[in-house]
Amino acid sequence: MSAPLHELGVAGLARQLQLGQVSSVELVQHLLTCVANSEQLGAFLVTDPQHSLAQATAADARRARGPVPALTGVPIAHKDIFVTRGLPSTAGSKMLAGYASPFDATVVARLGEGEGEHAPGAGMVTLGKLNCDEFAMGSDNENSAFGPVRNPWDAQRVPGGSSGGSAAAVAARLVPAATGTDTGGSIRQPASFCGVTGIKPTYGVCSRYGMIAFASSLDQAGPLARSAEDCALLLSAMGGFDPRDSTSAERPAQDYHALMLRPREEATAAQPLRGLRVGLPREFFPDALSGDVEAAVRAALAELERLGATLVDVSLPRTELSIPVYYIIAPAEASSNLSRFDGVRYGHRAAEYRDLRHMYERSRAEGFGPEVKRRIMIGTYVLSHGYYDAYYLQAQKLRRMIADDFQACFQDCDLIAGPVAPTVAWRLGEKHEDPVQAYLADIFTLPASLAGLPGMSVPAGFGHGGLPVGLQLIGNYFEEGQLLHAAHALQLATDFHLHAPAGASGA
Amino acid sequence: MNGPALIRGFEVVIGLETHAQLSTRSKIFSGASTQFGAAPNTQACAVDLALPGTLPVLNRGAVERAIRFGLAVQAKVAPLSIFARKNYFYPDLPKGYQISQYEIPVVQGGHLDIRVGEQTKRIRLTRAHLEEDAGKSLHEDYAGQTGIDLNRAGTPLLEIVSEPDMRSSAEAVEYAKALHALVVWLGVCDGNMQEGSFRCDANVSVRRPGGPLGTRREVKNLNSFRFLQQAIDFEVQWQIDRIEDGLPIEQATVLFDPDSGETRAMRSKEDAHDYRYFPDPDLPPLLIAPEWVERVRVEMPELPGAMAEHFQRADGLPAYDAAMMTQSLPFARTYEALRDACVQPKLAANWLMGEVSKRLNAESLDITELPVPVAALAALIGRVVDGTVSNNGARQVFDALWAARGGDVDALIEAKGLKQMSDVGALEAIVDEVLAANARSVEEYRAGKDKAFNALVGQVMKASKGKANPAQANELLRRKLG
Repeated sequence: MSAPLHELGVAGLARQLQLGQVSSVELVQHLLTCVANSEQLGAFLVTDPQHSLAQATAADARRARGPVPALTGVPIAHKDIFVTRGLPSTAGSKMLAGYASPFDATVVARLGEGEGEHAPGAGMVTLGKLNCDEFAMGSDNENSAFGPVRNPWDAQRVPGGSSGGSAAAVAARLVPAATGTDTGGSIRQPASFCGVTGIKPTYGVCSRYGMIAFASSLDQAGPLARSAEDCALLLSAMGGFDPRDSTSAERPAQDYHALMLRPREEATAAQPLRGLRVGLPREFFPDALSGDVEAAVRAALAELERLGATLVDVSLPRTELSIPVYYIIAPAEASSNLSRFDGVRYGHRAAEYRDLRHMYERSRAEGFGPEVKRRIMIGTYVLSHGYYDAYYLQAQKLRRMIADDFQACFQDCDLIAGPVAPTVAWRLGEKHEDPVQAYLADIFTLPASLAGLPGMSVPAGFGHGGLPVGLQLIGNYFEEGQLLHAAHALQLATDFHLHAPAGASGA
Repeated sequence: MNGPALIRGFEVVIGLETHAQLSTRSKIFSGASTQFGAAPNTQACAVDLALPGTLPVLNRGAVERAIRFGLAVQAKVAPLSIFARKNYFYPDLPKGYQISQYEIPVVQGGHLDIRVGEQTKRIRLTRAHLEEDAGKSLHEDYAGQTGIDLNRAGTPLLEIVSEPDMRSSAEAVEYAKALHALVVWLGVCDGNMQEGSFRCDANVSVRRPGGPLGTRREVKNLNSFRFLQQAIDFEVQWQIDRIEDGLPIEQATVLFDPDSGETRAMRSKEDAHDYRYFPDPDLPPLLIAPEWVERVRVEMPELPGAMAEHFQRADGLPAYDAAMMTQSLPFARTYEALRDACVQPKLAANWLMGEVSKRLNAESLDITELPVPVAALAALIGRVVDGTVSNNGARQVFDALWAARGGDVDALIEAKGLKQMSDVGALEAIVDEVLAANARSVEEYRAGKDKAFNALVGQVMKASKGKANPAQANELLRRKLG
């Protein structure tokens, strides 16, 4: 008897479907049962069995007719920051409770039914929408208007955020893959906290069309899955130029799976990573780094070394500055992006108001949660007349310098590696009183976000309480292939990514 | 040049900000139509409604029109310009911000020459930038509620900002008219002021001659030249009244009420918005390569000034006529066609300025709606030149052509009996009769009274029932009188 269906990843399920050993309908039915039995996790905001089964039936029919894209019929769930036709799109906010989008996000369409006759999609089946921090603002998923998500490894712990529902659902084996978005670490950090693999590609690889905007110059979509291989398959389907997003990179579509598999020139059977120079920024290993995290990361680095990679010391001197820089730029953009939620055309409108101004104030006061309000206020402040130069402009200058620092590093190395977060997942409620503590924990993910570089979290072992620890890999622009290659090599040599939390899946 | 005319001892200083709606078919950041007059909200797509997840994509046609304008006013077309967000809340502003250009606009500098009496005055332009229009709030018809129509939201605008170079309402109107003519000429704007395609904000201040600039007040949204003039005139008197009463002028935005002819304050500087401008992260910097500018330059129509000069030089038209022929591009094209068909530039211009313009104005028609085919008009002018028909007769033929939207000129002359006498023998006989019957006039003429000659010509015309060619009659009379 082979492994239960929910234990299989994207590549495994694609093979089973291709061999006819399982149908998409069976798969979807099984996983929907798992989801229904795991409500206490809080990962899913909505499922629509009828909708999903209709897609699965159609996928099976297409497969029966002839050759189909490899991922046809494989289930996926979407972070509720992506708008979807047919399923409500809320961004985890009361402001958008029940909002029905008339269109699918580009990423959703490409993974699913495609963008019309001339651009068929990957044919994956949407299993539902996943919980997240409100408007993707947060790093523990406690800012969702629809309740927190629990970490499948320890129900008293947070799953990370803002793509907390995505990471938890994949870790709990409720779905083989999920989409996420990463503005300052929102794919990598929850992937690390939940022990799954996640990649945030170079800014511009995935279209932002249909992603409810948080900070436009930083937001980037990416997959969370059980392995680097699965991420490579998903990213190939998600990415590529989109004329509807002016910031999307005008490059031909990439086959990340092929790039992942391509052997390095100097590779040997025992040392597939021979010749790869992995830079370790000394600022990524400060005293404040939790000992258990450091130990797991160092062990994973030693494994990379054993696989042939060379570890080199590098420096990202402005790592600490990335926190204030990010917490000026992201809220500034957010304060403007969230202005459209005014209660006029859609979304929450207060039941009673005296006049127009009062309607705005009440609707937004009622519709937004405290973290969103906090960031709107910060953003409004830093863009205000007389403060713009001191805050926003200064932050933009530093942002450029941070990007330059990375380029200096890439003179001496091919990849940068370090921890994703300073600690393992914290307890629910632990950082409620002091949001700045949560901001500080973003220190290792923010630099790559500000520079627009691709970053990845790869399971690297376990720390305190048996909680997962992620290894962060950062590549140069559009070097996703190299990131995936290194991660894949590590996953062929280790099994951290195969561990499942006890009692997961609800099966 | 003389100093500016003073009003009650004050010099008036005016700068205009003009919003020209660009003539693209789709909106500046979405694919929705810009057609005017559709049912509310039928031309607003997901992007215009600012639905969650939507993003702007710049319409290159709007940029191309901005480049065309920039070249026409000899401005710098910026190789890199930046779109910025202007943040404020209003129900007809769907995103909660307007995408505009702030620090680095697409068109920088430039100038426009206007006629002030007999002289030309150069008005400097500060800049012209691309931006999107907002929707409309409809306060009537909804019983205490406000309706929002987002059809106009996202319509491309070019905001053209002048330096404060105008010194009277008349100059401001001249500038606005010249600018209007130019954008229409260039085909970048349809110029329809009733539909709001071209509207002006006037920044007005007054000062003692030689003194520092006064505080300006901005009159918003003037959509006719008459309102522009009235609003400025009112504003100038109001400001001078205040100064003479010892009261300060506060910077303010004011609206003009066409019914009362007065301006009233909309908001003062204190409650001015902090728009929190910042570069729009959804739109990369607008890069305009030199090749793009060159391509637009090559495709541009000749500018009115250059064309008028050409008409003076090559066709021998007087300056006034040349200016009239270039009042609009279609007018100039009609002139060129008529001139080429009849080979009589001055007569072509006379007809266009005379009968043609008179009838067009009377019937509120545009030159593009001229009912008389150019070929017929050219044939008619030919018949005047060769003496077949008199000017008076030609006017009658023209009326017939107008009424019938064309026709055969020769057949009409024949049918109306307007053909002038061209048979020299018959005319000679009439001349002989007139000379014989008017001996006294002949005597007087020979005694040196020139007036008597005119009387004889009149008699010949009368005897020929108007069909004699006056020039021919003149010549015959002179010859016979020796």
